[in-house]
Amino acid sequence: MSNTTQLLRFITAGSVDDGKSTLIGRLLHDSKSIFEDQFSAISKTSEKRGMAAVDLSLLTDGLQAEREQGITIDVAYRYFATPKRKFIIGDTPGHEQYTRNMVTAASTANLVIILIDARRGVLVQTRRHTYLASLVGVPHIVLAVNKMDMVDYSQARFDEIVTEYKKFAAQLELHDVTCIPMSALNGDMVVDRGDKLDWYQGPALLELLEEVEIDHDVNTSDFRFPVQWVCRPQTEEHHDFRGFMGRIEAGEVSVGDEVTVLPSGSTTKVKEIVTYDGKLQTAFAPQSVTITLADEIDISRGDMFVKSSNHPPKVEKEFEAMLCWLSETPLDKNRKYLVKHTTRTAKCLFSRLFYRVDVNTLEPHEVDKLNMNDIARVAIKVQQPLVFDSYEIDRATGSFIVIDEATNNTVAAGMIA
Amino acid sequence: MSSHIFTHLDALESESIHIMREVAAECKNPALLFSGGKDSIVMLRLAEKAFRPAKFPFPLVHIDTEHNFPEVIACRDKLAADLGERLIVRSLEDSIKRGTIVIKDESKPRNPFQSVTLLETIAEFGFDACMGGARRDEEKARAKERIFSFRDEFGQWDPKNQRPELWDTYNTRVHAGENIRVFPISNWTEMDIWEYIGREKLHIPNIYFAHEREVIRRGGNVIPVSHLVQPKPSEKVEVATVRFRTVGDMTCTAPVESTARTVEEIIEETATTRITERGATRMDDQTSEASMELRKKEGYF
Ligand SMILES: Nc1nc2c(ncn2[C@@H]2O[C@H](COP(=O)(O)OP(=O)(O)O)[C@@H](O)[C@H]2O)c(=O)[nH]1
Repeated sequence: MSNTTQLLRFITAGSVDDGKSTLIGRLLHDSKSIFEDQFSAISKTSEKRGMAAVDLSLLTDGLQAEREQGITIDVAYRYFATPKRKFIIGDTPGHEQYTRNMVTAASTANLVIILIDARRGVLVQTRRHTYLASLVGVPHIVLAVNKMDMVDYSQARFDEIVTEYKKFAAQLELHDVTCIPMSALNGDMVVDRGDKLDWYQGPALLELLEEVEIDHDVNTSDFRFPVQWVCRPQTEEHHDFRGFMGRIEAGEVSVGDEVTVLPSGSTTKVKEIVTYDGKLQTAFAPQSVTITLADEIDISRGDMFVKSSNHPPKVEKEFEAMLCWLSETPLDKNRKYLVKHTTRTAKCLFSRLFYRVDVNTLEPHEVDKLNMNDIARVAIKVQQPLVFDSYEIDRATGSFIVIDEATNNTVAAGMIA
Repeated sequence: MSSHIFTHLDALESESIHIMREVAAECKNPALLFSGGKDSIVMLRLAEKAFRPAKFPFPLVHIDTEHNFPEVIACRDKLAADLGERLIVRSLEDSIKRGTIVIKDESKPRNPFQSVTLLETIAEFGFDACMGGARRDEEKARAKERIFSFRDEFGQWDPKNQRPELWDTYNTRVHAGENIRVFPISNWTEMDIWEYIGREKLHIPNIYFAHEREVIRRGGNVIPVSHLVQPKPSEKVEVATVRFRTVGDMTCTAPVESTARTVEEIIEETATTRITERGATRMDDQTSEASMELRKKEGYF
């Protein structure tokens, strides 16, 4: 690995039996990321279950309870690397809790692989997965048309599926969609190109994962810095040091830039950008840094620095959002919840439920209650103003979670409209 | 932006710093579990990056099995002293004296008992969050665990009832008596750890590097001879050139045969190694495929 290796996070989505586990197993195996002890464990299991060949899908099997039931229940993370990139795979199984799991895994992903069985083509589930990917704003989408071996590696069949899929994807304004024909079972067009799909000119899956441009997946234009922690060493050596620690969520900042502190609106200049490895002239997202300011202003965790010359964020106590309900206990409109947005936590109320989206048809429905896996457009009132952008512009400052104070559970994920 | 190169190590480092600062800001009484092993040494450097020029807003805590390699304990003490940070050590012996741990066989691994002393230490100091250096690539059960992993009053982890974790917005809330384990380096792999040790020039215990050591071969494993593990009459002691990939309990941590004497050589070896870190070196995990998961449920890290 060189010192320019980048990190790419991706997830896989597909219906049960489309070949998700086989595909991940194939990626790991053919990129030589499987260890011998892992391989011998799954060989043994395959043998025990009376299978002729080693079942690569067993590699992504998780917890004991699931092994007993033969199903996966949650999001699991796996890792592999090639000389070009390091990869984090969020593995989300397909079953009834699917919306919740996929939204969770997709929230940190650069890319989603949506699997289709070439025999079955674009299904309701394919639309659902694509809608969820667009809702959560995953920047890159790969349509993996799997099991091409079952349709004689037919180009006509592939083209037919792609045409239908692109028509649907156009409605969702997806910007970057790549369609790849493959056989996860035989390893065609996953890591190696194989010799059955010569008519296909595009990249094999791994090649795409290695090459896709991800520098612009974070917002690079408007500086956003939520204050996480105020550093006051109060030692002799650093007597007057007062640094604001946090991670730059978007854009970049330089020493001397004028910044506005929100929600108060005070302005000052950046005096220093401090890191353990020395002072910086300029820092950019997603670096974690410490900023000192030219003037003494009352600042605490939850405040946000923005560049005065940049497009300003909104500072409001009421806003609308798309909400994905994650909890088994339905939303109660009469109750107060907590919203955690960047580094600020505030009490909130859901003042209106506008409509619920049917994730299969994308049609809006009337709604007065939200159950687990429901996605709805809502209006929220918060006790203190939040400093935010719309999710479409900035995933970091446009997202929030909802916490139920009674149980402390995370009950919803929100994307500000 | 495109002029800056932000590598995977930069990305992982920034993520870990962000997590540690969230813990400091939102938890009332956190601690950082520190053993002197390579992962926790990386954690210390990350904490320095997160909080300097100030002191850490939490103490370092070590749960000592008294089955540790002396080189590791020496490294633990030296690092804590060099950094000027507070180190709390609690020993399994304390629990044994209290009668909360009963040891039947001195030569058996003590890892299964670590959770008892850990929970007692959490209660003694009232910690509501313990940061640890576990990684998701170590083991299947960990692959599903959240970065902020919630534990009930008995320190138990319920894999079916985990809080969903979205974006980098972490839910740190607990009720009194409950606590969370936080894993800031969840997304790091063994390779990342070694690359980071190399990049940061971190000082790690010398037993991670190839050295000569008396070992015996038992059931397919290479076992270091120590005051706890003595050869049976039928076993032959040999001197092998080995290094440790993990440094846990002396009775169950097997070294691997290696000639890698520098971090660069270890990185090279790691890149071509065909056996997982735990598979190679942790005999207690081999017993059952699900053993780690069972231990986690009982409150082990
Ligand atoms: N013919 C063929 N079968 C496949 C392919 N990929 C997966 N399968 C099979 O489809 C079944 C379901 O695969 P699996 O990976 O478990 O699906 P998952 O439920 O999406 O994880 C298994 O019997 C696989 O062997 C493929 O490319 N071609």
